Amino acid sequence: MRTDYDVAVVGGGLLGSAIAWGLGRLGRRVAVLDEGDITKRASRANFALVWVQSKGLGMPAYTVWTVQASQAWSRLASELKQQTDLDVSLQQNGGFHLTLGEDEFGQRAELVRRMHNQTGAADYKMEMLSASEVKKSLPLIGPEVSGGSYCPLDGHVNSLRTFRAFHTGFKAFSIDYLPERPVSAISQSGGEFRLTTPQAELRAAKIVLAAGNANQTLAPMVGLYAPMGPTRGQIVVTERTMPFLPHPLTTIRQTDEGTVMIGDSKEDELDDRALKHSISAVMTDRAQRMFPHLSRLNVVRSWAGIRVMPQDGFPIYDQSETHPGAFVACCHSGVTLASNHAFEIARMVAQGSLEPELVGAFSASRFGANGAANNSGY
Amino acid sequence: MFKRSELDKRPPVQIFIDGVAVAARQGDTVSAALLASSCDARRSTAVSGALRLPYCMMGVCFDCLVTIDGVGNRQGCLVPVAEGMQIEIQKGKREIGK
Repeated sequence: MRTDYDVAVVGGGLLGSAIAWGLGRLGRRVAVLDEGDITKRASRANFALVWVQSKGLGMPAYTVWTVQASQAWSRLASELKQQTDLDVSLQQNGGFHLTLGEDEFGQRAELVRRMHNQTGAADYKMEMLSASEVKKSLPLIGPEVSGGSYCPLDGHVNSLRTFRAFHTGFKAFSIDYLPERPVSAISQSGGEFRLTTPQAELRAAKIVLAAGNANQTLAPMVGLYAPMGPTRGQIVVTERTMPFLPHPLTTIRQTDEGTVMIGDSKEDELDDRALKHSISAVMTDRAQRMFPHLSRLNVVRSWAGIRVMPQDGFPIYDQSETHPGAFVACCHSGVTLASNHAFEIARMVAQGSLEPELVGAFSASRFGANGAANNSGY
Repeated sequence: MFKRSELDKRPPVQIFIDGVAVAARQGDTVSAALLASSCDARRSTAVSGALRLPYCMMGVCFDCLVTIDGVGNRQGCLVPVAEGMQIEIQKGKREIGK
């Protein structure tokens, strides 16, 4: 193992892995500093959507960034397949958000209208469909489904296999993955960064802070700012069943291997050690009102996980003015944006500066003097 | 595959395996009855389609999954046979509505 690198990526989750893989792809010498197994790992608790619809209300740049990521995903999937022989099962044939009852339908229609009216927003192609129109694509919906929104850009992927593919790719790119190295201090002198970990000091010409919610404490060490507001989510997984759901939903998806994931609760609590059954009950009740046959299936797993969430819900990409070569990257949608992180963010880090026309809107300077940004990008 | 002991005097129970009438014995589990029958009782797994037979016979390994009276993914080793029971060898994932 070497001790000096072109880039040290702090954080070995999906976001840090995507950036590190992208840097390795460009021939950089990269180290990934990760924590250990008992860390709250958002990358293992996600829902695995590659999702566009409803993203970016209040920040048109986020819509553009998300659409770009969605379009670049097939290239990421095929490069990973070529390099690692792992098929991440990317499926992008459009996704639904179903509504139960007329009130929900009306609220969703209002959201779609506001998205379309947003100036500068990329064209989403998000539209409302009646229950009978939904039924043409999803024949097993129940009588309570009032319709929903559909976006042809939406999709999903096997996120754990994506994670594994990145880590398999690390070896091919000679990237050093270094677990059990929480970073406690960072200093810069003589044109290089020194990162203090329990195991040894590590030196690198550049650093990328990709430590999820921990970016909040790491960023100030190098003159950066990353205000976070983590949330908790629960997921319920059923036994495998024959394919019945040809499109993913915001709250239900069937994996390539047949299990049905039910999820997307959003809670303020941050203890991920126990499930709240009252929340699982609501999620599963809604799922079986959408698809009545689900009530026959056994639940085989459920879990709670902590989600990475910048304070206003939108991604943060920034570079330090006081510590040149220090970057910070954090976002909620680490799966959806993985392609942008692997190709675009890695490229900009390698060249030494973020491009304002591409990611300038995501600078933490938006949390400025006139109060914190308060729209929800989630 | 297995041969029943001639000392086994338990009364017969008629079950149906993929529609074929089979004589099981009172107190058999579905898995035991399948193994003692002359039927091809091999299921295929949900993802790779590999062929499997009941293995642990005590509710742990889930290799005995079978459709019983229209309900898929049941553990045959934990369900006693009953007169007229309809058993289907499950091929692959649990079917919709079963």
